[in-house]
Amino acid sequence: MKAFTLDHARSAEEALASLGQGHTAIAGGTNLVDLMKLQVALPDRLVSLRRTGLDAIVPEGDGLRIGALVTNADCAADMRVRQDWPLLSQAILAGASPQLRNRATTGGNLCQRTRCGYFYDTTQACNKREAGTGCAAREGFNRIHAVLGTSDACIATYPGDMAVALLALDAVVLTEGPFGPRQIPLAMFHREPGDDPTRDNVLHPGEMITAVKLPAPTGGRQVYRKVRDRASYAFALVSVAVDLSMEDGRIARCALAFGSLGTVPWRDPKVEAVLTGEAPSPALFAEAADVLLRDARGFGANDFKIPLAARALAATLAQATKG
Amino acid sequence: MATTLLTAQVNGTPQALPQDPRRTLLDWLRDDLGLTGTKKGCDHGQCGACTVLVEGRRINSCLSLAALHEGDAIETIEGIGTPDALAPLQRAFVAHDGFQCGYCTPGQICSAKALMAELAEGWPSAASVDVSARPMPTPDELRERMSGNLCRCGAYSNIIAALEEVIAAENPV
Repeated sequence: MKAFTLDHARSAEEALASLGQGHTAIAGGTNLVDLMKLQVALPDRLVSLRRTGLDAIVPEGDGLRIGALVTNADCAADMRVRQDWPLLSQAILAGASPQLRNRATTGGNLCQRTRCGYFYDTTQACNKREAGTGCAAREGFNRIHAVLGTSDACIATYPGDMAVALLALDAVVLTEGPFGPRQIPLAMFHREPGDDPTRDNVLHPGEMITAVKLPAPTGGRQVYRKVRDRASYAFALVSVAVDLSMEDGRIARCALAFGSLGTVPWRDPKVEAVLTGEAPSPALFAEAADVLLRDARGFGANDFKIPLAARALAATLAQATKG
Repeated sequence: MATTLLTAQVNGTPQALPQDPRRTLLDWLRDDLGLTGTKKGCDHGQCGACTVLVEGRRINSCLSLAALHEGDAIETIEGIGTPDALAPLQRAFVAHDGFQCGYCTPGQICSAKALMAELAEGWPSAASVDVSARPMPTPDELRERMSGNLCRCGAYSNIIAALEEVIAAENPV
């Protein structure tokens, strides 16, 4: 690793002061330390957020406020989350390994970088790692890459599971920074690459996540389905998160989000509109998939993700609407 | 500013944390403290050979900076048992041939010890049909919960057998 200094913030205020001076935040470090070993991330100064006290899960109104430093393991094991937002527990538990979930945090998980192999290989062209160098993935080995939300500059996915569930659950990211506190709906948090793939999300320099807020439980049927190359401890090829309610045999309300399909956690209100008010059927699920994937574009090795997403959506909806 | 020596407890003994913040927990344990039971496999959080317990929780020591562990209680395989006094998990791994080359075994055993604590606390896993229910130590559950530890010799079925024996012995019906 390149040499760096390490400060330990004892409060959110201390952390913000350091971030304002250009420090890079480190929480669990499960992604950042790896990126530093590979010389993909080259911070001069780190500030640890571990002792900032942002590690509590507390009720807020009818919802829940999950501190940015709450580990993925603690969040997934919290009985309030398990009972009222089971989609979030399911998604977290579908990701990584117990060891990584014990260290990875809520805020850090949202800020994790892509797993595009070219991003991690400093000998390759990558506009996300180094603007203007090109994209080796477009013509390269792009089996895990995005089919929605891509640009000429970048086709990398946001790789995580937790954010996909949070997107379907209408979660809000709470931040503090040089321009004061912000409440950023998860749907607005991650950025499609456009012509600047270096920025994965809308956080300003010096801004940090303090918590994620879950709104009141919907009481809906919640399913997280993850399709991957092995049964555990692998990133998704495609994942589907659904939270829906049935009334008189019809889908009365439906929230759907998709992981590893787009460059950001993907949600499309048009898909939900197709399903809402209708009786579940394979034909309806296929119609929803058509709307979801109308603008999908593969790059060769990842073409299979388009029919795979349609089948994963149908299977998830069949499971959530049955009985 | 005066330099203060920060410490962590390693297998019950206070140890000064390294001055160089680049030192990972894994390299500190192995190279500075000589605790070479903890193994470096991939060094990227993908194999689990470096698993140790921090405050009772299993983590990948290769992805953690040692300097972030001020005040933490760290347990390595050397703290779990010795050749003369094997821990129940170690004895069961031997009895069930839960390894061939043995390189992943310290991480497997540290991971298994934490797994038992997680089950006792009622933590769900991706193998749990209902995440709000109390989990049972079924083979599916154990396999999922051990998925962060790879064994390139493929001793998986014997590792699960060893775990089942120890869990059954500690939870008599």
